Amino acid sequence: MKSKFLMSVAALLFSVTAQAAERVKFEMWHGLTGDLGGVVDQVCKRFNESQSDYEIICTSQGSYDNALQNAIAAYRAKKNPTIVQIFDAGTLDLLLSEAYVPARKLMADNGYKINWDDYIPAISNYYANSKGELNSFPFNSSTAMMYWNKDAFAKIGKTEAPKTWEETFDSLKVLKAAGYECPMAWNYDTWPIMEQFSAINNIPVATKGNGYQGLDAEFIVNKGQFVDVIKSLKKAYDDGLVKIKTPDTGATIVQAFANGDCQVMLSSIADHGTVGKTQKPDMQWDVAMLPTLAGVERHNSLVGGASLWALQGKTDAEYKGAAAFFNFIAQPESALFWSTNTGYIPVTKSGFEFMKTQGFYDKAPYKGRELAIASLNASPVNENTRGIRLGGFVQIRKEMRDALTDIFANKVSVEDGINSAVDRSNAVLRKFEKTYAGKMLP
Amino acid sequence: MEKRATFSMGWLGVLFILPQVLLVFTFFYWPTGAAMYWAFTLERPWGGGNEWVGFDNFRQVFADRAYWGSIFRSLVFAASTATLSMVFGLLLAVACDRGLKGYQAFRTIFVWPYAVVAPAAALAFRFIFAPEAGIFSALVKSNHEFWNPAQNGYHAMAMIIICYSWKYAAYCFIFFLAALQAIPRSVIEASALDGAGVLRRIFDIQLPLITPTFFFMLVISITDSFQDSFGIVDVMTDGGPAKATELMVYKIYFDGFRGLDYSGAAAQSIVLMLIMMVLTFFQFRYIERRVHYS
Repeated sequence: MKSKFLMSVAALLFSVTAQAAERVKFEMWHGLTGDLGGVVDQVCKRFNESQSDYEIICTSQGSYDNALQNAIAAYRAKKNPTIVQIFDAGTLDLLLSEAYVPARKLMADNGYKINWDDYIPAISNYYANSKGELNSFPFNSSTAMMYWNKDAFAKIGKTEAPKTWEETFDSLKVLKAAGYECPMAWNYDTWPIMEQFSAINNIPVATKGNGYQGLDAEFIVNKGQFVDVIKSLKKAYDDGLVKIKTPDTGATIVQAFANGDCQVMLSSIADHGTVGKTQKPDMQWDVAMLPTLAGVERHNSLVGGASLWALQGKTDAEYKGAAAFFNFIAQPESALFWSTNTGYIPVTKSGFEFMKTQGFYDKAPYKGRELAIASLNASPVNENTRGIRLGGFVQIRKEMRDALTDIFANKVSVEDGINSAVDRSNAVLRKFEKTYAGKMLP
Repeated sequence: MEKRATFSMGWLGVLFILPQVLLVFTFFYWPTGAAMYWAFTLERPWGGGNEWVGFDNFRQVFADRAYWGSIFRSLVFAASTATLSMVFGLLLAVACDRGLKGYQAFRTIFVWPYAVVAPAAALAFRFIFAPEAGIFSALVKSNHEFWNPAQNGYHAMAMIIICYSWKYAAYCFIFFLAALQAIPRSVIEASALDGAGVLRRIFDIQLPLITPTFFFMLVISITDSFQDSFGIVDVMTDGGPAKATELMVYKIYFDGFRGLDYSGAAAQSIVLMLIMMVLTFFQFRYIERRVHYS
């Protein structure tokens, strides 16, 4: 009896190891954690269960920054993973390197036909090279939205979110008068107020088509209406209509909005799920497209998030696995799974259509998320709305954030603060240009 | 004839020191050499060519007002944390050495902060000092004029200095207590018999006798504050508001690892290394003269 049992255990073990040995293993590093990281793990698990040839091992690196830094270190030591998730602002450095396998080549080499036109234009154009070809796969994608508290707006007799900035400031004033301590929460984040604002109102952030046409682009936000909107925002702050909410003050804007303290915030659609899960019970709220300037035709907003890159130096078998994984996540069913469990939006038209036919957007808690797609599709993509492709953009964002912090602490005037941030940003750009001297933007 | 145990073969000696030399080489000279090289070139993050630019990176760093600001802040941080942590460490050590009531328990408790890793300590202090949610702001009735480290740079700086000193006072405490207890009891008893009071004994006997420890702690506190501050700044303020707590080591991290400006960060590391060497040199040259080792 006993020996029989042992033998069957041995046979089982043998079959398990034999099966495992047949599967080609490859790694993916990503930067998502917590809930979102868990969903990535589930996606990987679904892929592993969907076929028996490959096994993807997904590892969170803790943050976008860490994923990028660790991938660079690993690549330099020739120990890099097959796939890495790189956030929007890290795209340019990788694009200028020889460290990746272009997405088109990877899929063609491995016999997959991908309909590249299926990607939502605002998303594919953001990541594409100058020829309009994608070198990486758009993965978790979002855009900025205005979150507004319906209960509070109902109290001041409004059933719709403000559509223009002028209307927004008027509503904030009325909300304040109606006794709301914090009409709008703000956190110095440049993404909605500078980047998205410029795209929606069709204003250039930098010369050379926001940097897409050459590394010699110059940062020029100090020349446009960005200065005006910051002036209005500063005035609203001085009047007590806008409150600063950062982790340093004790609550983030998302927490302040979800618990009902603040009535308006500008944040990523990816926070839609978090707000829903952490909100004050029975609070009525919704999202709306970011406001435009009065009299300006709305243009498409920018995609945020990250894309997946295949890195150099792997075996053909591993690339085959990577291609199979990319093909898997491009399926509409994967899009539905991904968007249901995170706040991210589908990246393809077919994924979006599939989700619509499944009735995803018809009911709470997902209702409203279709507005993010509408925002991305608000107009055909042009030079000012394609995206921002500037070197050292992480530093540029920080310079602008520092300037805004100084402006709101009354240390410097709006013009002087923005001008000096722009000067410092241009120094970053020139250094970046010199670092890649002789390199053409692919 | 006298018999001595010596190794006649020179290579055996080389073999014995080899592991140590290898360690120092791998973890100090090699990275320093790489940083040196990067500091004089423009390094692309994903590799693929770098160009020799001479002193350009250094020129750029020194032409940047923000960089001088970070040097100044690092010096202020070093001076204030060294003073605070040594004063408090010494006070607690003297109290424990005196054998005040319950000192056995306190001796253990006072060491604990040093065992807390910097980011954990920083997280706790961030909660305490958060202007809208913290315990401290509850005490000051959430008066944003009085306390707002999220917007006021001086407050933010004070906050990281307090957090760092809290942790390092424990470190100083260990060394001071050990030094105090190493003083022969007979010396103190003799002075007590001569009628010297507690304070007189501390100032005339104990403190002069622990000056070597004092000097050691000064050098260590200052050098450590340049490097070890990173975890606290990163968790508590991210160098903000508006660079008000951007110390040299945090700026190196941000420019290098987040901004991917490897060359600029390498140049800054070289400058930081030089500053620490100069500071240590001056301490040995001028302060050590006042130290009595026996």
